[in-house]
Amino acid sequence: MAAPLTLLLIVAVTIRAALFRSSLAELIAERVEVVSPITAWKRVVEGLALLDLGVSPYSGDVFHETPLIIYMFHFLVDYAEITFMTFVFGALCVCICFFFIYLSLMPFQFRKQKFALEADRYPMDSLELIRSPKEMYYVPLKVAMFYLLNPFTILSCVAKSTCGLNNAVLALFFLSTIKGNVLLSAIFLCLATYQSIYPITLCAPAMLYFMQRQYIPVNFHRVSFWWFIVQYLFMYLGSLFVLICLSFFLLGSWDYLPSVYGFILSVPDLTPNIGLFWYFFAEMFEHFRLFFLCVFQINVFFYTIPLSIKLKEHPVFLIFMQLAVISIFKSYPTVGDVALYLAFLPVWSHLHRFLRNIFLVSCVLLACSALFPVLWHLWIYAGSANSNFYYAITLLFNVAQILLVSDYFYAFLRREHHLTNGLYLKRKDGSEATLILK
Amino acid sequence: YFYVFIFKKIFWLKTKQPRERRWEATEVKEAATVDAAADIQGTSAPETVVPSSVPQPKDDFQEELVIRPLHSGDIYASFQFRTLWDTDFMRENKVSHYRLFPKSLGQVISKFSVRELHISFTQGYWRTMQWGQPFIPSPPGAELWVWFQDSVTDVDATWKELTNVLSGIFCASLNFIDSTNTVQPSASFKPLGLGNVTDHSFLRYATLPREIVCTENLTPWKKLLPCGSKAGLAVLLKSEKLFHSSFHSQAVHIRSVCQDWQCKTTSWELRQTLNSVFDLHNSGQTKREWSLFKMFSRTLTEACPLASSSKLYIDITDNPQGEQFELSPATSLLSQAVVLGDRRTFSVYDLTQETTFGTVRSLNLLIRWKSNEGEMLRPLLHAERYVAGYGLQTGEIHTLMYNNHPYRSFPVLLLDSVPWYLRLYIHTLSVTSKGKDNKPSYIHYEPSKDRVKPHLLEMLIQLPPNSVTEVTVQFERALLKWTEYPPDPNHGFYVGSSVISSLVPSTVAMHTNSTRERPLFSSFFPCKEESSYFVRIYTEPLLVNLPTPDFSMPYNVICLTCTVVAVGYGSLYNLLTRSFQIEEPNPGLAKRIANVIRRMRGVPPL
Repeated sequence: MAAPLTLLLIVAVTIRAALFRSSLAELIAERVEVVSPITAWKRVVEGLALLDLGVSPYSGDVFHETPLIIYMFHFLVDYAEITFMTFVFGALCVCICFFFIYLSLMPFQFRKQKFALEADRYPMDSLELIRSPKEMYYVPLKVAMFYLLNPFTILSCVAKSTCGLNNAVLALFFLSTIKGNVLLSAIFLCLATYQSIYPITLCAPAMLYFMQRQYIPVNFHRVSFWWFIVQYLFMYLGSLFVLICLSFFLLGSWDYLPSVYGFILSVPDLTPNIGLFWYFFAEMFEHFRLFFLCVFQINVFFYTIPLSIKLKEHPVFLIFMQLAVISIFKSYPTVGDVALYLAFLPVWSHLHRFLRNIFLVSCVLLACSALFPVLWHLWIYAGSANSNFYYAITLLFNVAQILLVSDYFYAFLRREHHLTNGLYLKRKDGSEATLILK
Repeated sequence: YFYVFIFKKIFWLKTKQPRERRWEATEVKEAATVDAAADIQGTSAPETVVPSSVPQPKDDFQEELVIRPLHSGDIYASFQFRTLWDTDFMRENKVSHYRLFPKSLGQVISKFSVRELHISFTQGYWRTMQWGQPFIPSPPGAELWVWFQDSVTDVDATWKELTNVLSGIFCASLNFIDSTNTVQPSASFKPLGLGNVTDHSFLRYATLPREIVCTENLTPWKKLLPCGSKAGLAVLLKSEKLFHSSFHSQAVHIRSVCQDWQCKTTSWELRQTLNSVFDLHNSGQTKREWSLFKMFSRTLTEACPLASSSKLYIDITDNPQGEQFELSPATSLLSQAVVLGDRRTFSVYDLTQETTFGTVRSLNLLIRWKSNEGEMLRPLLHAERYVAGYGLQTGEIHTLMYNNHPYRSFPVLLLDSVPWYLRLYIHTLSVTSKGKDNKPSYIHYEPSKDRVKPHLLEMLIQLPPNSVTEVTVQFERALLKWTEYPPDPNHGFYVGSSVISSLVPSTVAMHTNSTRERPLFSSFFPCKEESSYFVRIYTEPLLVNLPTPDFSMPYNVICLTCTVVAVGYGSLYNLLTRSFQIEEPNPGLAKRIANVIRRMRGVPPL
């Protein structure tokens, strides 16, 4: 296992280094699909230049990263190699975290299933739904490969998008959660929230996971349940408080709050990206703007509650669902965000027999990825198309993502159903039954 | 500020010509200051001293017209009307009695506590390389800059109100000046009048490069004159001719000036200027000659009765022996002045003298060209600007500044105010001259805020002798909301001119060593009192295209995007609220009806 992983790492770093040194790097760094106004490296450099000029980077509307990022790069930026290494490191970090997550997840899942089998809860014919250890063996490697060799991740890394660092923080959060370290999990989650608000919804799966692990029942009448929630939220909010105060002391003002979080929530920058916000709010009637802004932002956070209720037994799948929802509905998405939840897909390889339209969806995703630069060129450079062309592709890309996620959700629920009710269902009269949602 | 008399003597000169030439007493103001950033008030046109025999009135009005034949064959006409009033607008009881000073402007000064006000409306671009330096520079479109008194507490609100009032006075779209195009330059615009103010929080500067200047702006401007357009030089200001020109610029400058040498009392000065360049080749004439009548379709018959001085100057520096053009009627009165670092000679026509109008009671000045040779003095400082790059995503602004001085370098202050929708990246700023990096010694940069304030970039750059200095900075074009585009969005967006302010070494000083007529003892040190002069140059405004959304699509976009969100919501809702069940075959229609009937009969269903 170590040898293929090492080989994979070497290949991944080589690809990135080669692209980084080629003339393509500059082109990639300008792509609107790869960098957003928040994560663009060009804007981070601009923030550093402003800092050098003695102007607060938040006095203008170019720089929107958090103070910690700018002060971190303030020390690193003199050495281009080190900066590049930071991003490669970020990407590797994500991959290695995932690798260990699944390594540690694997026996756990297996044990759970085995225990259930022994308890005779599962019908005999659902045995073939349960993965053998042999099938599980290569999952961590596949995940690492899916993340490291995903073109989206490579582009994001070569463009030096700070999205890679956000992904690394999130991966560290998963790792510490899966490993059962409550404090570290809260700290990393708080870092991720500090970077881009939206990961706050991951609180729910993290707490559900810990409760499942510590055999705390999810029951509103139990003191132990509330006590754990208070504990976790205390650690989470405490570290958030520390981070925000630290930023204040580094910067000497609260300017960064509207400039970072106000910017994420109120979407003033309508630079095209792969998300749903930019064209919608460019074409919005002014007096409905606030209303739709609220609707769209609530949309991201809202799914947490029903999903947590439905998936309270399966926090890891809940994390996957949350990440997908965030990356589809967030205000400035990039392909780096998409790559993060795509890295989960090999884990759900046992769901493949229940997926309904995976072929169509993957074709659409591939076609869209190819069409993004083409239509961008037609609109911006050739002048032979207009904004609607690019907008149409973003719509299609998002529909494909939604279908992909809901397909996996459907497959997951269906497998759970089959696990308890048997794989080959029969009607009362003995004929073969079809399963429908009612 | 101090004023220097360069020379003030009257002498009679005998020349080879049979006619006598008389030199007029001339006073030339020139301020010298070490601070390169400082402004020097115009050495724009020669000013004659008010005859001391006349008792000094409390207010005073002067008018003059300078005509300079340009080497390109065009004619440059510059009107200046100056009203001086010894009053204090800021005192407790309001000034209510107005004589020469326009009441509308006086009320503006006292209501908004204005220290200094400069407003200009310009149609066309001044071509420095063809026409030389203008007496009073102005950028294309409208420009307004105001210094407020220290007593103003809320400068932004006062500025907003003031622009709206001025908008009404001048019939211009100055009400479009808001925080998105207003800046506070830190060094480029110093007060031209009294007061050594350093706190630039009382300064506001704005340009509207898209403003179109036309008759409706000229009429209110003329109404501010004491004689209106009824008498004096202002009768020449007919809009059908004035706007048929290559360049038209009208301005109003209000400031306070000293009344005497000790500066014990101050008075308010209102200077109304109007500059025009007439392209005579365009008028479909084969013969190269022009007259006042041809230019303005009027002749002069009298001076404004309220004016203490009313003069017409013709620049004859390049024509000392009459070999280039012929002037009729001829005048024997000459005047010499150092204008923009160059010693110029003018023929003077005093309109207050009856003899000027001759027997026909009207003055129709005529210039007939004999040859079009002769070379123009190349402007020492010259600048141009353009946008580089292609596509609608990014671009680069290039500003080129030419120092044509053969051996002397001098510093210039460059001011750039760029609207927020072109996001400047200051880390891409580069200044190069002669292929080498030229680091600005002072940079003042204020980044923009979306929909709130523009970028402001001010730099002090040393221009090496005989060189081109290139300033480049990259920008990104923003996609705006569909309501933020003007009605013709694909025409592009204007970016106001860069302002270059500088103290340029004088050409008079440059020629010192080669002057034959001067005594040797006077020409050893090249530095003289007129060794450098202040110049302000405006570059071309830029026209930049931004990416546009489809303006016909708002309903479609709202519907389509909401559909996608609904697809996401619907599919998740579907999976969250339903559960898997085994499909039961649907009973047929007949069976269902039968069951309904059976239920009514109280019999168990089939």
